Amino acid sequence: MSKMRIATTWLDGCSGCHMSLLDLDDRLADMAQQIEIVYGPLVDALEFPEAVDVALVEGAVSSDADVKKVRLIRERSKILVSFGDCAVTSNVPAMRNEFRVQEVLQRGYEENVSCHGQIPGVGVPALMPQVRPVHEYVEVDVFLPGCPPPADAIFFLLSELLQGRIPDLTGKSRFGA
Amino acid sequence: MGQQVVIEPVSRIEGHGKISIILDDAGRVADARLHVTQYRGFEKFCEGRPFTEMPSLVERICGICPISHSLASVKACDEILGVQVPTTAMKLRRLLNCGEFIQSHSVSFFYLSSPDLLLGMDSDPAKRNILGVLEKHPALARDGIRLRQIGQRIIEWFAGKRIHPAWVVPGGVNAPLTADHRENMLALVPEAVDIIQRTLAVFKQSLENYREEIRTFANFPTYFMGLVDAQGNLDHVDGKLRFMDAKGNIVADQIDPARYQEYIGEAVEEYSYLKSPYYKPLGYPEGIYRVGPAARLNVCNGCGTPLADQEWAEFRSLERGPVLSSFYNHYARLIEILYSIETLDRLLQDPDILNTRTRAFAQPNYTAGIGVVEAPRGTLFHHYQVDDCGLMTWANMIVATGNNNLAMNRGVLQVAKRFIDGPKLTDAAVNRIQAVVRAFDPCLSCSTHVLGQQEFSIALIGPDGKVLDQA
Ligand code: SF4
Repeated sequence: MSKMRIATTWLDGCSGCHMSLLDLDDRLADMAQQIEIVYGPLVDALEFPEAVDVALVEGAVSSDADVKKVRLIRERSKILVSFGDCAVTSNVPAMRNEFRVQEVLQRGYEENVSCHGQIPGVGVPALMPQVRPVHEYVEVDVFLPGCPPPADAIFFLLSELLQGRIPDLTGKSRFGA
Repeated sequence: MGQQVVIEPVSRIEGHGKISIILDDAGRVADARLHVTQYRGFEKFCEGRPFTEMPSLVERICGICPISHSLASVKACDEILGVQVPTTAMKLRRLLNCGEFIQSHSVSFFYLSSPDLLLGMDSDPAKRNILGVLEKHPALARDGIRLRQIGQRIIEWFAGKRIHPAWVVPGGVNAPLTADHRENMLALVPEAVDIIQRTLAVFKQSLENYREEIRTFANFPTYFMGLVDAQGNLDHVDGKLRFMDAKGNIVADQIDPARYQEYIGEAVEEYSYLKSPYYKPLGYPEGIYRVGPAARLNVCNGCGTPLADQEWAEFRSLERGPVLSSFYNHYARLIEILYSIETLDRLLQDPDILNTRTRAFAQPNYTAGIGVVEAPRGTLFHHYQVDDCGLMTWANMIVATGNNNLAMNRGVLQVAKRFIDGPKLTDAAVNRIQAVVRAFDPCLSCSTHVLGQQEFSIALIGPDGKVLDQA
């Protein structure tokens, strides 16, 4: 049997969902026979590869680069999982939606500085006016809420997908959990 | 302006970034820039929230060191309340922090950096990850997984949840330690000590293979900053600031962290969402300083626990003055894990640790508070202002990784100069450029509390601004 090709990525998130994935501990190591991590912060691939079986997308869509990225992921992945509350509802990152982007940037880069105050704009992506959940940009196959989703829920998700089933996650996790 | 190389995404880094390397007319490396490509806006969007929400909110800055953010946050909140936190609660917070240092340093060392260190900087990139280590060095990889798990378990036993728990609160902690959990934790200590000592032995043996990396991974004179206790020993949770120059002279000591703005300024560069803090007395950009594991071991007089002190003495004997190469952060990280395990053991034996008075209650009595701790990656500052009702009006945060921004940029330049030759990016160069960044273990999710983009890329850019090569 060929290994299930998994890609993981983060958009506007805190990496906590990825840490919860690592909380599978030995179970992750034991799965190494069946899965291959082909892209993500844990491995060295520089480009999002073709023919990904499962993409775990952590974080909300916050910048123009996030939009491009999430579309590319959709194109190249069979199953896209909205991984954690930020991806599912846009959660904490969306708290900036109460403010104009300019105000948010000014606080960080003009007010709270003592030298060279300026808003970065060279070689960095532009912020979208609103932070939005992943499914507003692309179709999502599985939603896994939680902040972060508990490791047991992630394990269940991966095990079901390995069996070729779309998991029913009812009762396995909840918002904010 | 020369040519330019871009590396994007930078991999095995906790967050979003890319690197541009600029070549001069002769095709030699002229400059290098680390772009952090995410910004999130916590300093602004917390406005109007009750300050008591801050500890939970700021945990969402970073899933790798949420405990550090919550600890800095509750310390700022303690000041807003104006209470004296019960001594048992102080000890419990310190205990929780030990769990975090164990797990976070384990992520950095085993999951992110051990592929370079064990499989080699030039090994097959498709295998150069934790699963590759698991294949080749199963015992060590399992040790790493186990050690991280021990750290996470400790956090879970205190706080009910491994990531983003809500246990530390303004005024103390919200529940005392139970006798059962204390026994459970104590039972893990011997195994944890064994694992870290084994790993230290393997690591020290491998140092021979990394002479070039040690020589070029941000190996230059800078100032160093860290928190120390009243005796000058390592203190992750309640210390005072100490600054050391590149020769090892202590230039400022026992500085109340509440005075941080007298010592640290923050500058912005147009190419990065990560600000560049600097040591104010020296100005910008001359005031380059470093924080984090190696910086802490440089500035302190010792760890104050027996096994870690032996390792510390050996570490400090690497050089006559402070240890300058940031490659040695890996080494320092392992020593700090050992220190954290010993501290955990000592505090758990404390007869006072099961005391049930763990929280002081009050209304907000002051309109500002500053909380500072050592996060795994370095000194972390949270500074809040509230109105009379305790609603947030303003916040400033300087995160661990930010402190290292100037040094990371200069470190990338140093490695690029050594390993890039001509307009093509080799895997050897690309991986080493990323590895020098990795040595700082930058937490770009944290750094960009203020925003972030996906992982990391490197670009090589020519004198006319054209991209010559990318990775
Ligand atoms: S859902 Fe929670 S844990 Fe996951 S990225 Fe968002 S804030 Fe972090």
